[in-house]
Amino acid sequence: MYDITVIGAGITGTFIARELSKYDLSILLLDKENDVANGTTKANSAIVHAGYDATEGTLKAKFNVKGNEMYDGICKDLDVPFKRIGSLVTAFNDEEMETIQCLYQRGITNGVPDMKILDKEEVLQMEGNLKESIKGALFAKTAGIVGPWELAIALAENAVENGVELQLNSAVTAIDKTGEGYRVSAGEKTYETKLVINAAGVYADQIDQMVNEKTFEILPNRGEYNLFDKSVGDMVNTVVFGCPSSAGKGTVILPTVHGNLLLGPTADPIDNKEDTRTTFAGLTSINDHAKDTLKKIGFQDVITSFSGIRAKVATKDFIIEKAEGKEDFINVAGIDSPGLTAAPAIAEYVVEMVRESASALDMTLTEKEHFNPKRTPSIHFMDLSTEDQKKLIEKDPRFGRIICRCEYITEGEIVDVIRRKAGATTLDGVKRRARPGSGRCQGGFCAPRVMEIIARELDVDMKDVLKDGKGSYVLTERTK
Amino acid sequence: MLNYEIVVIGGGPAGLAAAIEAKKNGAKEILVLERDLELGGILQQCIHNGFGLHVFKEELTGPEYAERFIQELKDMGIEYKLDTMVLEVSDEKMITAMNREEGILNIRAKAVILSMGCRERTRGAIRIPGTRPAGVMTAGTAQRFVNMEGYMTGKRVLILGSGDIGLIMARRLTLEGAEVLGVSELMPFSGGLNRNIVQCLEDFDIPLYLQHTVVDIEGKDRVEAVTIAKVDERYKPIKGTEKRFECDTLLLSVGLIPENELSKSAGIELDNITAGPRVNEAMETSVEGIFACGNVVHVHDLVDWVTEESRKAGKNAARYVSGELKNTASKISVQGVNGVRYVVPQEIRPENLRGKTEFMMRVDAVYQNVKLVAKSGEEILKSVKRRHVAPGEMENLVLDFGEMDPKSIKNLTIELVQEEGA
Amino acid sequence: MDKKEMICIVCPVGCHMEVVKDGTSEDGYKVSGNQCLRGKVYGIKEMSNPTRVLTTTVKITEGKLPRLPVTTKGAIPKGLMTEAMEAINKVEVKAPVKVGKVILKNLLNTGVDVVATRSMDRDSRYQSQKVS
Repeated sequence: MYDITVIGAGITGTFIARELSKYDLSILLLDKENDVANGTTKANSAIVHAGYDATEGTLKAKFNVKGNEMYDGICKDLDVPFKRIGSLVTAFNDEEMETIQCLYQRGITNGVPDMKILDKEEVLQMEGNLKESIKGALFAKTAGIVGPWELAIALAENAVENGVELQLNSAVTAIDKTGEGYRVSAGEKTYETKLVINAAGVYADQIDQMVNEKTFEILPNRGEYNLFDKSVGDMVNTVVFGCPSSAGKGTVILPTVHGNLLLGPTADPIDNKEDTRTTFAGLTSINDHAKDTLKKIGFQDVITSFSGIRAKVATKDFIIEKAEGKEDFINVAGIDSPGLTAAPAIAEYVVEMVRESASALDMTLTEKEHFNPKRTPSIHFMDLSTEDQKKLIEKDPRFGRIICRCEYITEGEIVDVIRRKAGATTLDGVKRRARPGSGRCQGGFCAPRVMEIIARELDVDMKDVLKDGKGSYVLTERTK
Repeated sequence: MLNYEIVVIGGGPAGLAAAIEAKKNGAKEILVLERDLELGGILQQCIHNGFGLHVFKEELTGPEYAERFIQELKDMGIEYKLDTMVLEVSDEKMITAMNREEGILNIRAKAVILSMGCRERTRGAIRIPGTRPAGVMTAGTAQRFVNMEGYMTGKRVLILGSGDIGLIMARRLTLEGAEVLGVSELMPFSGGLNRNIVQCLEDFDIPLYLQHTVVDIEGKDRVEAVTIAKVDERYKPIKGTEKRFECDTLLLSVGLIPENELSKSAGIELDNITAGPRVNEAMETSVEGIFACGNVVHVHDLVDWVTEESRKAGKNAARYVSGELKNTASKISVQGVNGVRYVVPQEIRPENLRGKTEFMMRVDAVYQNVKLVAKSGEEILKSVKRRHVAPGEMENLVLDFGEMDPKSIKNLTIELVQEEGA
Repeated sequence: MDKKEMICIVCPVGCHMEVVKDGTSEDGYKVSGNQCLRGKVYGIKEMSNPTRVLTTTVKITEGKLPRLPVTTKGAIPKGLMTEAMEAINKVEVKAPVKVGKVILKNLLNTGVDVVATRSMDRDSRYQSQKVS
């Protein structure tokens, strides 16, 4: 019998599980995919928003600002890349200047600190690559960029280190009410649990309706992106937003924590929750935005494109509440932008909800004596001093062999991310944790070598090493 | 700090030929740095034949060609390090490298030869829309898996790009039991040799779809289908011409890009048409004493030309170390115009020319019955007839400056002139 | 087959030729579209007895790599490619191997041997073992 079962190991679920792991509770974290963070968490803008955009008085507004403040501490403890580079909402005409004034006011109401309306000269000083036709911009100092899947992976690793049980490839197919709580059928197994927390992203409505009356529907909405090589990562210095309209926050041009340039997203309502295609029209529209906004941008430097699905709901606000009349089922749904930013604050809030229901569920939230909030820092060989590099190679020669030529990642780093809790088991799993395959050659050079290492570490044949999801075999059979 | 006269970065055919020639021309302390577990570079996975027709007057396979040079290098006692990655080359010829046994290496060289080869253009770079499942792979990576690790990469295959790598893999996969459904090529002509069209496609009845490109990829975890469509003169897909293939693999053979990250870190000037360093008649880059040869300078079609070019680089690197190579003030630029897309070398120093000098080039389209014309200013130096030229086939032109007064040589151009008649 | 259209592969011009069976002509065929004699020779050969060099890999044990590249030492009849692959796939060799070593003699009675196209050392893991 588990005290709590969290369904969904994306940014929301992993934050919640890690928060709960501070207490003496048995916690189960389930995900239908082959790795954590394999849904929307791995395909978004990676922005930690300042908080002026959310409508006043909503949960989004409250948790955006609160979550933003928490990012330094969390990322330091978990050794996740995070940079507060600030954001600009650009205005190229009078109407847009009015819009950014409104956003400024809204920011004040929402409690966003350190904002300023900049004039043309000030904007161009900050971002020289913006077109001369810029009129002004709303600058927000507290906005930043983070590694979203790195954060979710780090949270999962830390949660498992602190006693959470993680079960992947465990799609929940049924939830049945029992005397003491619920029986959750997932993967090939069933789990008994006192409390269910539904953080299932685009599938949150389907999970909810397994055992509750329908109260919300997830409206999937797709966003496409282009990712550029690091050589053009300095095209902008801050998170540069186009002026928002009724369609959404507007297209963004921003550096990533790794030094690439990211451009996107589009916003297209779709029918199929699995439709992560990129489209010619979508990618062209974001490229056009970049051409209209920047003086200089080179599309020959695009190294990959991707898309993510937002879990939108009709009320346009987070749904964080107990199911109707229940103490033992909490929905954390409709977590679209600013979900990533709000996640730490949402997790804190959910823990309080659990605390409220605890006695009714025969649970006590006693803090663990040996909770370790920190994660062993990951090793970035190329960031070490020459002295440290030499020592590391002497200690472990695997750090002396470079596997990923584009990003200069060593075998030692790859072995490390495979061996950690909630570690990598696939090519993309290694890519998201250690970077091979993220560079110019997109894995063309290193894929055979990374697969060899995974096969060796997990003691499987190379042809059983997957790219990402369960059916994503790379090799079919040995040659005859 | 290690010290060498010449350090060669890359132990493939270019680096091997350069190192050997440098030794033959008097250099003594030479070190070849190779990141893979053995020498030979990309040739080790090119198990097909067609190599060496010019250099050895024999038709060899890639590994055989490589072994000739590897053996010669070993017989000459030239030092090399394997499993060693070069991290940085400075413009002062200081090299930082690393390997398991020795850790971080700092090497000072009197001359450096860059021979890092090239990488394959990726799906992201040509922005194919659709899903991003397993089963989309560049042809060279598939070639490595099949020929060296010994694994098949798919059962039903569509290939994008009719350059030689794509054609070779069409045959290879078919012989190993896969079904190759077709090759889609953007241009109205194939980028590969006729010999490969015949022996890789026609022999196996594999259709070639010219003026087509991939417009969609389907499949969540693994490729399930690929759709191609015909393109117009501006390479835009034409609605209604889509052909959908149910398959599990899309192999990409859409171009090679010289791998010049190290060259950039040394401050070497790159040519934005070749994507390689601008070199002079000695295969020297814009940084004195740093030479370059092979695919890192421009993508070659035959390894025989790589060997010739690399021998030039090796010989001149040795001459540079011994002080024989003159860095003269007068530099003449060499440009491809009117149908000639680029020429290597991009620059010559007339005082260093000793008689015949070879220029390598590629044209920008298929032409029949043309003349390759080399001019010094307005004066025609040489005019050669060509019945057939194509972008996929490198052309060369030898100019003899022997009798000319170096000061009279003006900026050179090489162009195509259409001949009359069929 | 009495008539075949083909692209000549002898030189880069790539003449589009037509080869027709012709009892009246000296060598039994009429070739058109070629711009030189080498093309005619190639065209007739392709028509009457097309041959190909076959390159592939065989399984190698105790080597630095699991596959050893090989080639037919000469061309074999084009029609035998599939059978040839089957015959070669049955062969397994053990390292060390020297380039040129015959790994399959007289492939399918063509008189053509299959040889290794590279040398391969024994992997260091097996160095201490006796060579059996």
